[in-house]
Amino acid sequence: MKLTKEFTIFLALMALVALLPLFGAYPVFVMKVMCFALFACAFNLLIGFTGLLSFGHAAFLGGAAYATGHALLEWGVPTEVGLLVGTLAGAALGLVMGALAIRRSGIYFSMITLALAQMLYFFFLQAPFTYGEDGLQGVPRGTLLGLIDLTSDLTLYYVVLGIFVLSFLLIYRIVHSPFGQVLKAIRENEARATSLGYNVARFKLLAFVLSAALAGLAGASKTLVLGFATLTDAHWSMSGLVILMVLVGGMGTMLGPILGAFVIVALENKVGNIGSFLRDVTGIEWFNGLGEAVTIVTGLIFVICVMAFRRGIVGEFQAWWSRRRLPTAAT
Amino acid sequence: MTELFGIPLPALLSQLLLGLVNGSFYAILSLGLAVIFGLLNVINFAHGALYMMGAILAWMGLTYFGLNYWVMLVVAPLLVGVFGVIIERLFLRHLYKLDHLYGLLLTFGLTLLIEGVFRSFYGVSGLPYSVPEQLGGATNLGFMILPNYRTWVVVASLVVCFGTWYVIERTKLGALLRAGTENAQLTEAFGVNVPLMVTLTYGFGVALAGFAGVLAAPILQVQPLMGSNLIIVVFAVVVIGGMGSIMGSILTGLGLGVIEGFTRVFYPEASATVVFVIMAIVLLLRPAGLFGKEK
Repeated sequence: MKLTKEFTIFLALMALVALLPLFGAYPVFVMKVMCFALFACAFNLLIGFTGLLSFGHAAFLGGAAYATGHALLEWGVPTEVGLLVGTLAGAALGLVMGALAIRRSGIYFSMITLALAQMLYFFFLQAPFTYGEDGLQGVPRGTLLGLIDLTSDLTLYYVVLGIFVLSFLLIYRIVHSPFGQVLKAIRENEARATSLGYNVARFKLLAFVLSAALAGLAGASKTLVLGFATLTDAHWSMSGLVILMVLVGGMGTMLGPILGAFVIVALENKVGNIGSFLRDVTGIEWFNGLGEAVTIVTGLIFVICVMAFRRGIVGEFQAWWSRRRLPTAAT
Repeated sequence: MTELFGIPLPALLSQLLLGLVNGSFYAILSLGLAVIFGLLNVINFAHGALYMMGAILAWMGLTYFGLNYWVMLVVAPLLVGVFGVIIERLFLRHLYKLDHLYGLLLTFGLTLLIEGVFRSFYGVSGLPYSVPEQLGGATNLGFMILPNYRTWVVVASLVVCFGTWYVIERTKLGALLRAGTENAQLTEAFGVNVPLMVTLTYGFGVALAGFAGVLAAPILQVQPLMGSNLIIVVFAVVVIGGMGSIMGSILTGLGLGVIEGFTRVFYPEASATVVFVIMAIVLLLRPAGLFGKEK
């Protein structure tokens, strides 16, 4: 019953997003939020439902962004092929990184993913096809299936919305399938899952590849929306940012990552304004530099979430909701 | 001029020394990580930020208070250690009962916070810090020129690393620490104040990072982001060596620094990634790490 409620909220939310441009929302901003929401949902598949903390997901976002950008710009392929190239690039990177990282568990897993992603970052920094510090600029949006011209922001808006909804449905299906149940069993008790005869390493690897492929799709869509791919997408701070999105929204909840992505992207955009506002109110000049040092704010949210708010917004809400309905079960 | 593998010997040796210098930093930092992880089960992401703090404190001491390098070599690690004690008491203490992931996430958040604060004051351009006059210049050994300061970095790091090894492996205090790592509850039952030991261990571990930061100040760029790239390499070092043994951390750190130095001579493009490649190979051949034990 809880599931259908979650699903109803999702549909209502998507209907709202579909109507947003009519109310004058800036399409590119909402599209950016949707790309990051997909990225966060893909990440949540791993941390929330398999219990693996990857610190290297920027590699898939950045790698796929470059792959799609390169395919569209240099090869001139149709848009749908470009998106596919990005997704496959994410999956391929995920296969290699995952195969190495799952050889260790727990905290080592996180360190290995971080190190491998950093290696890829240095590779992107030197490789000629990324154009180094400048990034891949002026990626054309092209036409979808040779029919729909994507130059207009509004058309692209509904295409990105479609990509997001389909991906979310896929993740929903994965999580609620028998495969998803095994993943949750691994999260809860890995030794037990092994003793029940499940090949834990293969399940972990498959979950990792799926998560990487969807993160890749997010990176590919992002390139399409913004028209460029840069090193920022592949930097370790991006891996940290997606962790924060999922943490703020609620690990292991279906809707949390969407909300988390919205909160963090909006915050990143507005921190400069908040800084100048605080300066005007308090008269302290230092606040004006806040826009330059966004990491102070993200770091602070990280610390607060870990110390006092580990279930995230959606997780806390669900806990509050079930406490209200079952007052005796409250502990 | 003498040549080896087609490279002039002095060039080769100077890269070797440079590799040893980097290796010394890897060794001190991975040693601190290993000591902290042993007792607290926390991977201290903030290690890089605290290393940076050591370097900037050295610069601040000189710029604002006129305190020279030698004073700050003692004062900066102490301050960083005190800061570590505060972090442990205020935050980490409350996370021990939870999944280890939260320790990593908290220290990651603290890293962003600390780096952000320093960035808001000093930007990202390097702060100038010169080599102390006693160690300026270079010694000509005949076959190569040996910059005195770099030699000092290697010697000082080795002394600190082996000193730490000696204290942990050969003294009563170290025995208590090892007992706490093995079984904290039982150690507490013998009347050892384990929570205090945990706090001081964290303080000591990060003080090592601060010390490395002061050593690095005159030769590497002093700037707020100097620690974050380093810490990721150190993580790879830790994965390669395994965190089970103190000596293992020291040797792995130094060894990888040297390998990195040689790579810079023979194939410079790969010098930034060679440590990560070695990590991948070690994971394939010996997943527990060179000195690690399968659990």
